[in-house]
Amino acid sequence: MDWKPVALSTAPLDQSWYEASARARLAGLLDADTFEEFIGPAQRMMSPHLPLFELPRAFDDGMIVGRGRLDGRDVLVAAQEGRFMGGAFGEIHGAKLVGLLRAALAVKPAALLILFDTGGVRLQEANAGETAIAEIMRAIAVTRAAGIPVIGLIGGRAGCYGGGGLIAGTCAHLVISEGGRLSVSGPEVIETNRGAEEFDSRDRALVWRTMGGKHRRLIGAADAFVDDTIGAFRAAALAAIPTAPTFDLASLEAEQARLEARLARFGDAQDATEIWGRLGVNDPAAVPGLTTEAFDTLLDSLPERPHHAR
Amino acid sequence: MPDETTPSARLAAILAALFPDGHAVAVADGLVTGDGPFGEGRLAVIGIDSDTALGIEGACLLAGRVLDVARAGGGTPILVLVDSDSQRMSRRDELLGLNEYLAHLAKALLLADAQGHPTIGLLYGHSAAGAFIATALATRVLAALPGAHPSVMDLPSVARVTKLPLEKLEAMARSTSVFAPGLDNMVRTGAVQVTLDPAKPLGAQVAALIAEAPTSDTRDALGRERGGRPLAHDIAARVMREAEGRVVRGV
Repeated sequence: MDWKPVALSTAPLDQSWYEASARARLAGLLDADTFEEFIGPAQRMMSPHLPLFELPRAFDDGMIVGRGRLDGRDVLVAAQEGRFMGGAFGEIHGAKLVGLLRAALAVKPAALLILFDTGGVRLQEANAGETAIAEIMRAIAVTRAAGIPVIGLIGGRAGCYGGGGLIAGTCAHLVISEGGRLSVSGPEVIETNRGAEEFDSRDRALVWRTMGGKHRRLIGAADAFVDDTIGAFRAAALAAIPTAPTFDLASLEAEQARLEARLARFGDAQDATEIWGRLGVNDPAAVPGLTTEAFDTLLDSLPERPHHAR
Repeated sequence: MPDETTPSARLAAILAALFPDGHAVAVADGLVTGDGPFGEGRLAVIGIDSDTALGIEGACLLAGRVLDVARAGGGTPILVLVDSDSQRMSRRDELLGLNEYLAHLAKALLLADAQGHPTIGLLYGHSAAGAFIATALATRVLAALPGAHPSVMDLPSVARVTKLPLEKLEAMARSTSVFAPGLDNMVRTGAVQVTLDPAKPLGAQVAALIAEAPTSDTRDALGRERGGRPLAHDIAARVMREAEGRVVRGV
């Protein structure tokens, strides 16, 4: 047998982002041994609400926040652990990110990075989670207005759904991989509410081309499409820092124009492939199978560059 | 069913109370836009009426109106009236990037507020999930009228997702506010700052909210005071202390 323990022999930067834990993502994303956690698991700040539901808790409540270096620059980072409660926002989980964003005003990092991996609000703490999401969005606006780029990285198992999708839409710059899905209502939620005719959640190809990284990059919902490796996310995060737009009237007016144009142009489209065709992609059916390199070549060949005022 | 271009009775009553001398607020497809004379100046209004779900077109239209107010300057306050469903749940809305449209509306409100247009939310019916975050929860001060009934998700849906029996959830909802739907629970988390008194003039109460709007986000402090979010404020403060305390190192 030529069985090889691939994960064990792979250098950190070559590891799959999708497969890695939130802590492994942070360790590989940042300069070696520079990550310092705030309210680490040793402090055991766990959810006060999950015991009511007889559910297990996590010492970090599925949210890891701290500081580190990215190519020598000081950054603040937050990472969601999608394997705990689907990375969902509860009271402590959300409050850690609120605190990190508020701290950015005084710390003045080169950037604040959010590693999304979330199904949205944690229903067992729904009111606390929902309110935390609103606080996070307000804090992102304040942070961006102070000139600090808030950059979102999306490529985890849980995707970026529900309120997580709204937070992502508030960031200055988004990096996404093939496995990263970005949306508000997830496929199962739409199917539950509207039926399988509206959205067949078992049709994975449909899920990927409706909410996946390539589609989001093509329509301008994400700024960069990267390979599913920690190294690729690191390189894209670094490249994003100098280019992230600030939060002002000009940015939002440009976004308004961008979103109105999308409605006018694609509002009647039935499927992502139709949108891609109208964008000038000659063979839309081939897009899901393209390598990142081929996809980048395709993006460069399109008649218009996607623009991403946000 | 209400006519699409006629405000619901509740909305009509609110507008009549706010603008006794008349107004230019219109409703189309459940979306509310316009303004009216208020105090020395005017009050801009956007909103969602009749339990309407918020989709990409609605969010885009409302955001455009908010940006119009911000562009015009002059500090005109913006009132966000909300009786909505959740976000519109459809394949098409998600295909076209509903997360961007909803976030854009929230950002427009946050920007207008930061540029000197106080944003006041007034919840007078239902709201839920993404629609709630993009509208009412994106304002500086969120007030509610008695009878409003916000929720993140209704209990039968929570039962489905958590796989707990509905009867058990209903019993739990009576003793804990953190997950249960309803206005009182949203007040306790600090998301809804105040419930207005229907016996008093609405205009004066809204004017007071505008005058007294806090400059920073006080929702987690309110949640601690009211017991609906016992830890959020302290956790955020601890993260800030740890982050700021060692800032000199390595800079």
